[in-house]
Amino acid sequence: MVDIASGSAAPARIPATGGASRDAAALHRAIFIGLAALLVVAPFALYPVFLMKVMCFALFAVAFNLLLGYGGLLSFGHAAYFGMASYAAAYAAKVWGFTPELAILLGTFVGGLLGLVFGALAIRRQGIYFSMITLALAQMAFFFCLQAPFTGGEDGIQGVPRGKLFGLIDLSDDRALYVFVAIVFLGALALVYRIIHSPFGQALKAIRDNEPRAISLGYRASQYKLAVFVLSASLAGLAGATKAFVFQLATLTDVHWSMSGEVVLMTLVGGMGTIFGPLVGALVTVTMQNYLAQFGAWVTIIQGVVFVVCVLLFRQGVVGLIAKFIRKPL
Amino acid sequence: MPEIRPTDDATGSAGGEIVLQAEGLSKNFAGFSAVSGVDLAVRRGTIHALIGPNGAGKTTCFNLLTKFLTPTGGVIRYMGRDITRMKPADVARLGLVRSFQISAVFPNLTVKENVRIALQRRIRGSSLDFWRSESVLHALDQDALALVEDVGLSAYAEHLAVELSYGRKRALEIATTLALKPDMLLLDEPMAGMGHEDIDRTAALIKRVSRNRTILMVEHNLSVVASLSDRITVLARGQVLSEGDYATVSTNPRVIEAYIGAGHA
Repeated sequence: MVDIASGSAAPARIPATGGASRDAAALHRAIFIGLAALLVVAPFALYPVFLMKVMCFALFAVAFNLLLGYGGLLSFGHAAYFGMASYAAAYAAKVWGFTPELAILLGTFVGGLLGLVFGALAIRRQGIYFSMITLALAQMAFFFCLQAPFTGGEDGIQGVPRGKLFGLIDLSDDRALYVFVAIVFLGALALVYRIIHSPFGQALKAIRDNEPRAISLGYRASQYKLAVFVLSASLAGLAGATKAFVFQLATLTDVHWSMSGEVVLMTLVGGMGTIFGPLVGALVTVTMQNYLAQFGAWVTIIQGVVFVVCVLLFRQGVVGLIAKFIRKPL
Repeated sequence: MPEIRPTDDATGSAGGEIVLQAEGLSKNFAGFSAVSGVDLAVRRGTIHALIGPNGAGKTTCFNLLTKFLTPTGGVIRYMGRDITRMKPADVARLGLVRSFQISAVFPNLTVKENVRIALQRRIRGSSLDFWRSESVLHALDQDALALVEDVGLSAYAEHLAVELSYGRKRALEIATTLALKPDMLLLDEPMAGMGHEDIDRTAALIKRVSRNRTILMVEHNLSVVASLSDRITVLARGQVLSEGDYATVSTNPRVIEAYIGAGHA
C-alpha cells in the first residue's frame, strides 16, 4: 500500500523473453475470444441480471485500472464519475425520454466532463495528496447529489424505462439487454486494450515508471495524466450509465465513497496493471455480495478478510500471480 | 545542425561559441541561498565540468539549468534564446537533455521500449492520440535496437530494465538520451555509485558521445574530471570560486583550501 500511496504504483512485474510481445498478443486474443464465448453460454447457467451486474462493475474496474495500473494514479473518488453518469442517464431516459444509447452516451460524457474538471485540479499534486483531492471532490459530488432536486434524494431515480435501443429493439427483455450490455462491455474492454498498447499507452507507462525522466525526454507529463484521467472517468461513466439501465435505478449508493473503495478492492484483488485482473476482481466481489447476502452485514467483514488475505499473500492480485507464474503479461 | 566554430582549434579546449549561458543565476530556498550570482558559459564542443565540495550548490545549479527548478534570479540562455521561464519538457525539445544522479530508466518497460520512448516523439501519433495501434511503434524498433547495440546491450533488448545491473542501467540511460539526438547533454554525476570497471567504460562512452556535442557534467570523481573535461567551474557555497582547465583550477589556492585542501586537512 505504501507504493500506491506514494503514487509510484508498481504493477505486476513480468519478466520478458525474446519475442514475448507477439506471444502475449496472441494469448490476449485467445482470452478475448474465450471471454466472448463465455458470455454467449453464461446466461444459460446464470441469471442474466447477475451477469450484467458483473459486467458493469468489471467495466468500472477496468476504467479504474487504466488510471491506477497504467497511469500510476490512485483515485479515491471514482464513484463520482460512475454515480453522476448513472444519474444523468437515468434522468435523461426517464424525464426527457432519451433512447438508451443516447442516455448512455450522455452519461459517459458527464463522467468525462466531471473527470476533466476534477482531474485538472487533482493532477497538480502527487501521491497521497492526489488521492485526497480526488476523494474530497467526490465527496462534494455526493453532497450535490444528496441535495439536488433532480436526483430524488434518498429515493434516487427509480423505475427508469429501459426503452428501445435506437427506437427499435425493446430492451425490457432481459435477454436483449444482456446482448446489448455484453457488446458495450467487450467494446470498451477492446478500447482499453488498444489504449494500453498505443504509443500514448507506452508514454503513459513511461511517465508512471519515472515521471522526471519522461519529462527530461520532452514529454509534457501533465497532459498525459489529464488525458488518461478523462478517459478513465468517461469509461467509469459508461459503466455507471449502463448500470442505470440494468437495474432501472440510480441511487446515492453509486456516488457514495464506499463505491470508490469497492472499485479499488476489485482492482487490487484481481491484479492492478493487468488487463484481465479487474474482470476477475469484479467477478469475485459481485459474487461475494450476491451469494453471501444471507450473512447480512457480515459480507463487509468477509470482504475485508478476503482483501487483507489477498494483499498479504499475493500483492499482484489473482491475475498478476498467474501472469508471474506463466511469465507472460495478462 | 551545422556546426559553426569561429575559433576552432585543434585541442578543442577553447571551444566554439557559447551554447549555454547563465548570468547571475540565484536560487533561494526559504531564505537559504543555495546558489547566488553564478555566471557560467559553456562553449560548443567542450566537456565542461561543474565541481565543488558537498553542499556547494552543484545539483541546485544543475536543476536550474535543466529547468527542474525555477531560479529566483538571473537569466539562462540556450543558443542565444532566453529559456529562464521555459518548462523542462520544452527545453528538452530544444535539444538540451539531462541525465539523473540515480539511474533513470523505466523499470517496467523492456530495454528496447526504453529507448523507443525517446524515439517515439519523432512519429506522428506520439502525442495524445490513444486510439492508434502500437504497430506504428514497430517502425522505430530498428533504430532503437541500433542504439541498444551501440551501448553494448543487444543481449538484453527484450529484458525489463528493472532486471539490469547498475552499470547497464546507466548505459541504457545514455542510449535513451542519445536517441533524442541532443545538441547538448547535461550529466548529473554520471559515475555516481560505480565500480572501477564501469567508470572506465562510462568515461570512454562519454568521450565518444561528446563528439559533435556539448556536455556539462556534475562529477565528484576528480580523476574522471581531470581526464575528460576541457573546462572546469568550481563552486563553493553557491558561488563560482574558480574557472579554467584542470591545471589552472587545481593549483588555485582558494580551490585547494575550499575543496581539495579540505580533504587533506
